[in-house]
Amino acid sequence: MAARQEVLALQAEVARREEELSSLKQRLAAALLEEQEPTPERPVQVSPLPSKAALSRDEILRYSRQLVLPELGVHGQLRLATASVLIVGCGGLGCPLAQYLAAAGVGRLGLVDYDVVEMSNLARQVLHGEALAGQAKAFSAAASLRRLNSAVECVPYAQALTPATALDLVRRYDVVADCSDNVPTRYLVNDACVLAGRPLVSASALRFEGQITVYHYDGGPCYRCVFPQPPPAETVTNCADGGVLGVVTGVLGCLQALEVLKIAAGMGPSYSGSLLLFDALRGHFRCIQLRSRKPDCAACGERPTVTDLQDYEAFCGSSATDKCRSLQLLSPAERVSVTYYKRLLDSGAPHLLLDVRPQVEVDICRLPHALHIPLKQLERRDPESLKLLGEAIREGKRDAQEGAADSIYVICKLGNDSQKAVKILQCLTAAQVLDPVTVRDVVGGLMAWAAKIDGTFPQY
Amino acid sequence: MAAPLSVKVEFRGGVELLFDGVKKHQVTLPGQEEPWDIRNLLVWIKNNLLQERTELFIQGDTVRPGILVLINDADWELLGELDYQLQDQDRILFISTLHGG
Ligand SMILES: [Zn+2]
Repeated sequence: MAARQEVLALQAEVARREEELSSLKQRLAAALLEEQEPTPERPVQVSPLPSKAALSRDEILRYSRQLVLPELGVHGQLRLATASVLIVGCGGLGCPLAQYLAAAGVGRLGLVDYDVVEMSNLARQVLHGEALAGQAKAFSAAASLRRLNSAVECVPYAQALTPATALDLVRRYDVVADCSDNVPTRYLVNDACVLAGRPLVSASALRFEGQITVYHYDGGPCYRCVFPQPPPAETVTNCADGGVLGVVTGVLGCLQALEVLKIAAGMGPSYSGSLLLFDALRGHFRCIQLRSRKPDCAACGERPTVTDLQDYEAFCGSSATDKCRSLQLLSPAERVSVTYYKRLLDSGAPHLLLDVRPQVEVDICRLPHALHIPLKQLERRDPESLKLLGEAIREGKRDAQEGAADSIYVICKLGNDSQKAVKILQCLTAAQVLDPVTVRDVVGGLMAWAAKIDGTFPQY
Repeated sequence: MAAPLSVKVEFRGGVELLFDGVKKHQVTLPGQEEPWDIRNLLVWIKNNLLQERTELFIQGDTVRPGILVLINDADWELLGELDYQLQDQDRILFISTLHGG
C-alpha cells in the first residue's frame, strides 16, 4: 500500500515538474528572442568594420592557442577581427561553420535563413535548441552565437536570399559560405559572388557523403564553370528523402570553416580549383582536380551573359527550398484523401492497402493492415513481388461480396511515390499481368494520416 | 585492333542508386576496331550496367547535367571529355553533385 502511494505521489511530482519545465522553456524562448531586434523589412545596413591595430588583453587570452601558431599569429587574428562572412543557410552546414567562426573571433557574421527550427532539424543543426522550435533559424543561430562569443557581431537575415537582395547583401561581406540546400540558391549565390567579386566557400552533404570546394578565388573556376547546366529537377534528392547523418554535415561545415578562416586570415584556401569528396561510410577523403576557369563561362567568362541576377527557380525548374515537391501524375478521380480512406476503413469495405515505401521507412512506422511492396520492386517488375500482389488481389476478390468493386489504395510517405506506383499498377492490369482492379492513391500519404487522422502516428 | 582493357568504373553521390547501389565495378572492355574512349564507355555502361531510367544518367551522347566525370581523379574537361582514350587500369568516377545542407 505504502509503495503504491509513493508511486502515485512521485507520478504527481514528475507531472508537476514537467509542467514547470515546459513553462520555463517557453519563457526562455521568449527571453532569447527578446534579445533580438525586430525582423527588418530590408537587410540591415551594416557599416564596414574598422581596422584594428592591436589585440586587447582579453583577446590575447581568449585566442592564445591560435595566436601562437606562426601561420596565423597576431597579424592573422587582427585580420579575422575585421573580417565579415556571409553564411547562406543556418542548417546542418551553417551551424558548425558559424560556431567555429564565432569561436575563432571573426568580426561579423551575416546569417541568412528563411526557415524556422523544426524538431527534425535538431539531430544535425547544432546551434538550435529545443526551446527555440518554431522560431526563425537566423535568430536562433544568432542568439546561440552571442552566448558563445559576445564580441562577434551577428546579423540575422530571416529571409530567403533572392535575386533582388543577394547582390547588395554579398557586397557587404568579405567572404561568402554557401550552406544552402537547393540548386537555385547555389546558382544565385555563385552569380552574386562573381558579380560582387567575392570568394565562395561551398559545401554540401547527403546520406554519408560530402563535397567541398572554393569557387571564384584568385582566378579559379566558379560554380557555373564546373556546372554550366542545372541538373534535371527529378534527379535532385533532398535530406528529407535521402537522409543525412548529422556528423557528416558537421565534418563538412568544419572544413568549410577552415577554408573561410584561411581566406580571411590571408593564408589562402586549399580547395580552390579542387573538390574534396568525403565518404563517411568508408572513412575516406579524396581530392580531385577541377577544370580551370572557363573563358566561355556565362558568369565569370570573358563575355559573360549573366550581367545581373536572374530567375533561378525558372532556370533550374525547381523551387529555392529543400521542401519535398508535390507531383501531379494522377487525375483527382484517381486519388482519395486520408479522411475518405479513414471512412472507408471504418466501414469495413473490402480493399487492399499497399504501402510502397522503402523497407527502412516501414521499419520506422506502418499501418498494420497494409501490404508492403517497395516502389523499387514494382518499377523493376520484380516477379516475387508481383506474385505476392496477385495473390492478395485474388484473396480480396474471394472475400468481397458478389459485384463489389475491387480496390487497391496505394500509400507512401507524402503522396508522390504512391502516384508512380498507381501508374505502374495501371500498366500491369492493362497488360493483364494483374487481375482487373481499381487503383487509387492516398493524397499526402502517411504524413497526412499522422497530421489529420491519427495524432499518435509518428512523423518523420 | 585495340586490345581488351580493364578499367575501374565508380559511381558516387547517389549515381550508384541507378546501378543497384553498387559503387565500384571492375570492368573488362572487349577488344574492338576503334580505341575505347569515354563516348564508347558510356554506350557500354548503358548496355551492360544500366537497366532502368537511362535518362537519369545519359542525355544524348553524354552524361546528364549535374554528373561530374573524373578520370584518375581529374576533371574530364582537362582530358578531352568524351574523346579521352581509355588506358588499361584507368579509374573513371561518375559523381553526382550534392545539394543538401
Ligand atoms: Zn565561371
